[in-house]
Amino acid sequence: MSEETYKIRIKYVKSGVLKYIGHLDLMRFFQKAFKRAGVDVAYSQGFSPHQLMSFAAPLALGVTSEGEYFDAQMNSLVSSEEYVRILNEQMVDGVYVKNVILLPEKAKKAMSIVAASDYIVSFKDDDDLNYQFVRDLNDIDNKESQKKSDYNKIIAVVPQLLKKDAIEVFRKTKKNEKVEDIKKGIYKLELREDKIYMFLATGSEYNLKPESVIEALCNEAGVPYNKFDYQIHRIETYYKNEKGQLASLLETGTKITDPMHN
Amino acid sequence: MSRLALSDEILMGIEKPARYIGNEFNMVRKNPDEVDIRFCMCFPDVYEIGMSHLGIQILYDTFNRREDVYCERVYSPWPDLDKVMRVKDIPLFSLETQSPVKDFDFLGITLQYEMCYTNILQVLELSQIPIYANERDMDAPIVIGGGPCSYNPEPIADFFDAFYIGEGETRYDEVFECYKRMKTSGCSREELLHELSKIPGIYVPSMYKCTYNDDGTLALFEPIHDDVPKTVTKEVVMDFNDVHYPEKPLVPFIQVTQDRVTLEIMRGCIRGCRFCQAGMIYRPTRQKDVKLIEDYALKMISSTGHEEISLSSLSSSDYGCLKEFTYFLIEEMGNQHVNISLPSLRIDAFSLDVMKKVQDIKKSSLTFAPEAGTQRLRDVINKGLTEEVILNGAMQAFYGGWNKVKFYFMLGLPTETMEDAEGIPALCERVAKAYYDIPKDQRNGKISITASSSFFVPKPFTPFQWAAMLDPETYIERAHHVKDTFRQQLNARSLRYTYHESYVSVLEGVFARGDRRLSKVIYDAYKSGCIFDAWTDFFDNDKWMEAFEKNGIVKEFYTTRERSEDELFPWDFIDIGVTKNFLLSEWKKAKQEIVTPNCREKCSGCGAAKFGGGVCFERQKKD
Ligand code: SF4
Repeated sequence: MSEETYKIRIKYVKSGVLKYIGHLDLMRFFQKAFKRAGVDVAYSQGFSPHQLMSFAAPLALGVTSEGEYFDAQMNSLVSSEEYVRILNEQMVDGVYVKNVILLPEKAKKAMSIVAASDYIVSFKDDDDLNYQFVRDLNDIDNKESQKKSDYNKIIAVVPQLLKKDAIEVFRKTKKNEKVEDIKKGIYKLELREDKIYMFLATGSEYNLKPESVIEALCNEAGVPYNKFDYQIHRIETYYKNEKGQLASLLETGTKITDPMHN
Repeated sequence: MSRLALSDEILMGIEKPARYIGNEFNMVRKNPDEVDIRFCMCFPDVYEIGMSHLGIQILYDTFNRREDVYCERVYSPWPDLDKVMRVKDIPLFSLETQSPVKDFDFLGITLQYEMCYTNILQVLELSQIPIYANERDMDAPIVIGGGPCSYNPEPIADFFDAFYIGEGETRYDEVFECYKRMKTSGCSREELLHELSKIPGIYVPSMYKCTYNDDGTLALFEPIHDDVPKTVTKEVVMDFNDVHYPEKPLVPFIQVTQDRVTLEIMRGCIRGCRFCQAGMIYRPTRQKDVKLIEDYALKMISSTGHEEISLSSLSSSDYGCLKEFTYFLIEEMGNQHVNISLPSLRIDAFSLDVMKKVQDIKKSSLTFAPEAGTQRLRDVINKGLTEEVILNGAMQAFYGGWNKVKFYFMLGLPTETMEDAEGIPALCERVAKAYYDIPKDQRNGKISITASSSFFVPKPFTPFQWAAMLDPETYIERAHHVKDTFRQQLNARSLRYTYHESYVSVLEGVFARGDRRLSKVIYDAYKSGCIFDAWTDFFDNDKWMEAFEKNGIVKEFYTTRERSEDELFPWDFIDIGVTKNFLLSEWKKAKQEIVTPNCREKCSGCGAAKFGGGVCFERQKKD
């Protein structure tokens, strides 16, 4: 890399049909968007240079989010507002940039500091995103009402779950499947109207996927776990600040107001 | 917000749901209710292949420039989704508006290779459009084919309402105007097709009848109405600098085969290799103005954000301003961190310099396509590449640090002997030897030479359209022999040889020069489960053989039979400019091992000059 570069962190929203785009493809999407927007991103050296970009906490396919982050290195800067404006000109339905902040010189990669995320889990209605041309209405109604009643059972056990001494689920690791107590990864679990709110450990120290918590709830409620029945939505991604408190990744840097003086 | 045709459960349960959701950057959005014509463009293969195709991007852009047309896309659903759609009775849908293909006015299908034929039937059936054209009523879209395989559309003629013969940029306006006029007149489907058949370049199979001789050859092929043209002349863009080119191509989310900007610099080829169909059907050669393509390169990089650019043409080394353009690209793209993917170039000082600049020598290899192992056979096929040229090019490259070479050959070429086949290992051996003759300190370790042969398939509109295809047993024998001979070479350890299987080529051979009687075979093969035949994992030769048997069709009639000079071919009704007489004289010259100079050395009067432009008139312009 040539001289000095600036590290910026981008917060974006992933929703709608974009939930079917995996995070590697989304990274390529952003790389192309950067190029189209003409931002002065830094590249690696060599015969096939690539943009220096890394994601904070990859989302599973099918999950939506309003608190996603990635880092990029820039050769020169424009203001946060300008970034948001020019990047959003290059977005498609379902993805947009919310904030851009400048990180301190020695800032660690988002990936290495992520400590938690919170989620809203809801019952997946046949929402307005997907429609089918032909459907057997009776069949669907039966299935839907069964699912709905299962969901109500799950909701009923939400307040109890954290009171248990241990919350055990099967977890697949690279090597094998084992029973694990996931309680330490659940910081908060509560009902918000008819939706389930959860605040979970994320990142390299301990990583708990919302799917595991839903599974635990299903076990507790005695209903079968079918991962397609729930829509998971990430609200925010957090790190541990100097005081040891969990804070939004947005607090890791500062707004770029006057790029000339940065 | 975009809506999707498939439920969440389906999308989450299949491979790569991104294939079916559309919403790519640069996708065209219009309100389908506000246009007169809805056109669905189909590439009958999986998304990643179809999205890489330049022709579709060109037409997508051209059609959507019209306010009264909305062109959308559809690709073949992968077998995982195919199953779900059949079980749940979900009609195939377009990517843009996610609406049923059967509701469109047109379904345009591009025909790039014969092995996609069963996929066409899949698209029709999943769309719930009757597979046979004669079973469609006014509600069904007009199913229109185009692309290289439409130069002999007969094997699939029964499935199409019409074919567009030639380059798509020229006549679609007339097709659309005709359609609009007829649609409001309340005519029947047949009347509409009849009208369409009068537009130059449009072939409507149902407006022609054919009869056969006792020996199975075609006896007669003629229109059923007096006002339907006897011959269909291919469409060709003569003002090549003034034709639409997509400045804002679609940018897919998932990695597709060609994940880059593709820039067409030239259409056609001056070389006249006798096995090559593209070299004949795209005559005359036309090039784009260098300033124009420079401008396109910049625009397309900035409208897509792609990080790679490649050039498209049949023989880029023959592009008049190649040097100027390449150095422009290196300069400009380098600044923008865009990689240049080089087309295969004639190996010389220039191309080596360029390769050194844009590729990692350690990883890249030299590519030669001599196609045949001996000079004699290269003269037969009119491939100008000589051993001397290959050795000179290779030596220059070896001194420059290269040590990997790839060779492409064909086996089963007309007049080929064992000696010609043995020429393949012999040539590779001589290149290896030349390498090891270089002093050790001036070469770069060991050499690795990879040679591969494909099974030659005679194609319509080439001088070899009369030739017999080799039978598969002899082909395999020959390939084995070549492999054995490779093992006996002194430098065998540096040489690697692979050859293609024969089955698929045999089928290609049947369909390439096939006639209307084959549609039943394709239908039956499809019904017995053949699909994605171009994919080794799915190709099922036994099913195909059953389909031939069931219909009493002998493959060898189409493949291993040498045609007599006066035989009427199923594709003879198409006029590509290049005359049958010229092709015949080329066939005779091939057998006499006489080469024909390329268009720039000397015009051979092939007939393509009648289009009034391109290489045929280059000299006149200079004088
Ligand atoms: S007419 Fe002559 S110059 Fe033109 S394409 Fe044919 S051979 Fe080439």
